[in-house]
Amino acid sequence: MTAFARTDHSIFGRWWWTVDRWTLAVLAVLMGIGIVLVQAASPAVAERIGLDNFHFVQRHILTLIPACLVMVGVSLMTPRGVRRTAVISFIFFTILLALTLVVGFEIKGARRWIHVPGLSIQPSEFVKPTFAVVAAWLFAHGRTSERFPGAVISIMLYLMVVGLLMMQPDLGMTFVISIVWFGQFFLAGLPIILVAILGVLGITGLVGAYMLFPHVSSRIDRFLDPAAGDNYQVTRSLEAFQNGGAFGTGPGQGSIKMMLPDAHADFIFAVAGEEMGLFWCLVLIALFAFIVIRGFMRVMRDDNLFIMLAVTGLLTQFGLQAWINMASSLHMMPTKGMTLPFISYGGSSLVALGFGMGMVLALTRKRFGGGDGT
Amino acid sequence: MSDMRASPHERMTHQGQTPRQDHAYPDHPAAPSPEARFAEPRAKGRAAHALEQARGRLMVTVAVFALAFAAVGVKLVDATVMSQGGDTGLAQAASAHAIPASRADIIDRNGVLLASSLATASLHADPKLVINPVEATQKLVSVLTDLDYQDTLSKLRSDKRFVWLRRNLSPREHYEVNRLGIPGLYFQREERRVYPNANLTAHVVGFTGIDNNGLMGIEQSFDSRLRSSSEPVQLSLDVRLQHLVKRELQASVDEFQGLGGAGMIMDVKTGEILAMVSLPDFDPHAPTNDENARFNRNTLGVYEMGSTFKIFNSALALDSGKIRMGDSFDATKSIRVGRFSISDSHGKNRWLTVPEIFKYSSNIGSVRMALEVGTPAQRALMERFGLLKRSPVELPEVGTPMVPHPWRDVSTMTIAFGHGLSVSPVQMTSAVSAAINGGVLHPATLLKRAPGTEIPGQRVISPQTSDQIRRLMRLVVTEGTGSSAAAPGYLVGGKTGTAEKVSGRGGYAKKALLSSFVAAFPINDPRYLVMVMIDEPKGNKRTFGYATAGWVAAPLAGRVIKQVGPLLGINPIDENRPDIRNATEIHLAPRGSTLASY
Repeated sequence: MTAFARTDHSIFGRWWWTVDRWTLAVLAVLMGIGIVLVQAASPAVAERIGLDNFHFVQRHILTLIPACLVMVGVSLMTPRGVRRTAVISFIFFTILLALTLVVGFEIKGARRWIHVPGLSIQPSEFVKPTFAVVAAWLFAHGRTSERFPGAVISIMLYLMVVGLLMMQPDLGMTFVISIVWFGQFFLAGLPIILVAILGVLGITGLVGAYMLFPHVSSRIDRFLDPAAGDNYQVTRSLEAFQNGGAFGTGPGQGSIKMMLPDAHADFIFAVAGEEMGLFWCLVLIALFAFIVIRGFMRVMRDDNLFIMLAVTGLLTQFGLQAWINMASSLHMMPTKGMTLPFISYGGSSLVALGFGMGMVLALTRKRFGGGDGT
Repeated sequence: MSDMRASPHERMTHQGQTPRQDHAYPDHPAAPSPEARFAEPRAKGRAAHALEQARGRLMVTVAVFALAFAAVGVKLVDATVMSQGGDTGLAQAASAHAIPASRADIIDRNGVLLASSLATASLHADPKLVINPVEATQKLVSVLTDLDYQDTLSKLRSDKRFVWLRRNLSPREHYEVNRLGIPGLYFQREERRVYPNANLTAHVVGFTGIDNNGLMGIEQSFDSRLRSSSEPVQLSLDVRLQHLVKRELQASVDEFQGLGGAGMIMDVKTGEILAMVSLPDFDPHAPTNDENARFNRNTLGVYEMGSTFKIFNSALALDSGKIRMGDSFDATKSIRVGRFSISDSHGKNRWLTVPEIFKYSSNIGSVRMALEVGTPAQRALMERFGLLKRSPVELPEVGTPMVPHPWRDVSTMTIAFGHGLSVSPVQMTSAVSAAINGGVLHPATLLKRAPGTEIPGQRVISPQTSDQIRRLMRLVVTEGTGSSAAAPGYLVGGKTGTAEKVSGRGGYAKKALLSSFVAAFPINDPRYLVMVMIDEPKGNKRTFGYATAGWVAAPLAGRVIKQVGPLLGINPIDENRPDIRNATEIHLAPRGSTLASY
């Protein structure tokens, strides 16, 4: 482990001794499990759509490299650097987000992607973590400075982002960003009465989405009434868990995964269930819970409100996404197009994830004297 | 915002997992935040309050996340190990490979297979799991060439979760389809009952239904035994005899344009049925709904057998001790009973001895003999011969005899010549066997009796009476109505029976006859009994229009005996040998002359 001596005061030396090495290790383990599972799940999918068997695995590993570089690179920053990077990126990607409506191309009825020469990216994936940091700063600054209307600016930014997302439309992203933002607002001292009102507004929003968007109502109908329509993936997913049982069929031995169209992405947890079985899946859940709760406990001791809010926001995002993915694989909620962080094949979203977790690592580094707080 | 910092002491305890490390970077700049310059003293209080509130609420968030992850864990336990009762696609596929216990074979007395089970695979599909119906159909049609392309394609495109594609694939087809590796296709292991002899033993062996349950014959009566044991059921039948009986019976039915026919061969010493043929028959692989073909005339049909009953009437008379062979009876004129009149078809209009009554099949003489012995004795004898209750033969299709109730004297009179009591041919065969085998009734059976086992039997008449019956039956073939049943060397003895069938209007139909013949051979020590019956034969040119037993059934019995005799290992003997003649001819004691002199 001791790649760096304690007296090594280089940038990496200091980083190594101050970064949360436990979280770093667990993230590395998750990425390793992800490679194994994508390898297990994707050949069937690749073959079905006429690609090379190893297409997805190769792309997955190829995108993990920049994701790791971004994560480590961002984690080297000071909290102030993180804040500044976040603000600049937020502005940049929000502009891109707005551009998707104009120059984006449509996939499955939604304009979410934008082509930059050489790659295609989904700006909302980057808006998500950067907005969490920006909102944290606004809330924290608003709480400490009387003259700074942090909450008001935050609300306006939130409405703008959500407005852009709904125009794509991207309801899943809207849902996650809303929960994260609401959680931060809650931590930042939102009066309980407003918590209740916003809660009601949120539910109204969900009901409204159900009424307004046919694909949402269809998904929820199917969840509530399995006989109403095609529940193919969820049914197969549950069969996969059942087939796996306590100990699993063993890596590569699963067979129901072959019938899961999204086995490599949204339903990778079912592949894990079939091949690794109950105990390793519990370990997987525990790893995600570990990252989230350990992060929370770390910032709870922090005396910097910005750091507390930003890390909470970023980890809520990470944990919520993992939870939604696992819960929909297990038919605890309607299926939501959401990947399992660092496990699913996810293309460019992996880089955004690395960016977000890099900020978490940077903000939870031990700081002495706390001078560079913000 | 740096003004929110806690005191250095607090910070140490908050952050320092290893407080010692705090001093590892003495030069670490604790740079004051630029904003700190604008910090006002009361802001410190606000910040501390905000931080405390945030910490409290963060605890709530932690709790929510912990609960949410725990809930996923619980649901995961439920989905993986608690829901094993459910039916996954894999479980179905696995169960299809479980091999069901095979239904046992049925074999004849020599081990020839009469019924067996073939394991086959039936192909079905779950169209929802078939990824590319067009490709799957193309592949399937290339292997199962009799599949219809459009039909299969529409099945695979349907919204159903289960469609049959082909039942009962051969092992080769099964292998070929498996080799295609099309997802969503499954095999159902099935069993198909095969009857190598098809129609030949259809009425005895029976058949099974779609789920392999016995629906007729031995398949039905031994259903649970066939299901539970792999040991074959061995029948008493001999397919060679079965075939010969069927061939000759069919020839006669065709020749006389009968509705059908029945034929049996019984081992008179064991009660085993060696052949049992009912015509018309059917293919047990595709059982017909034709009642006439499904009907087992040997066991299910009950008929007034007619003159063959005179065997029992003679046994009654001779066994009673009241009547001896030489006694004569007045057969000069017909007997009137109410509005009926009993007469003879080959009337001699004189007094007749017991052998003459039998030889000429005199109804009048028979009635007089029966009346002399009496109703209770006749009834008791019929009871002993097993003619008043269902045959014990091991088939579900056994008819109940129609017994007169009450049994009046007029019943006694008609039963004397075989009317008024309807029995099945198998009852008849057993009873005649008992009458000639020395007087012991063995229950009729379709199962092979293991050698050395005790054969159940009940004495019904004395051996002396039985010996006299044999001589009477020999007389019928040598001099009487059954002469065309003669099979030189096999010492055939028999009795004709021509019964008028009961017509739908309640009387007897003169033209609807049941011509039968029971024959035993060799009559000096009978081993086998042949019973043949033609239902409603029509006379033809060769028979001068006659459809009576002497013209129809007796020659048939003769043909059968000539062919089965060698198979049964009976050596032809010189019928004129003195000892043989002595054992088979009738010598009337007082006058010391043979009946042949009449």
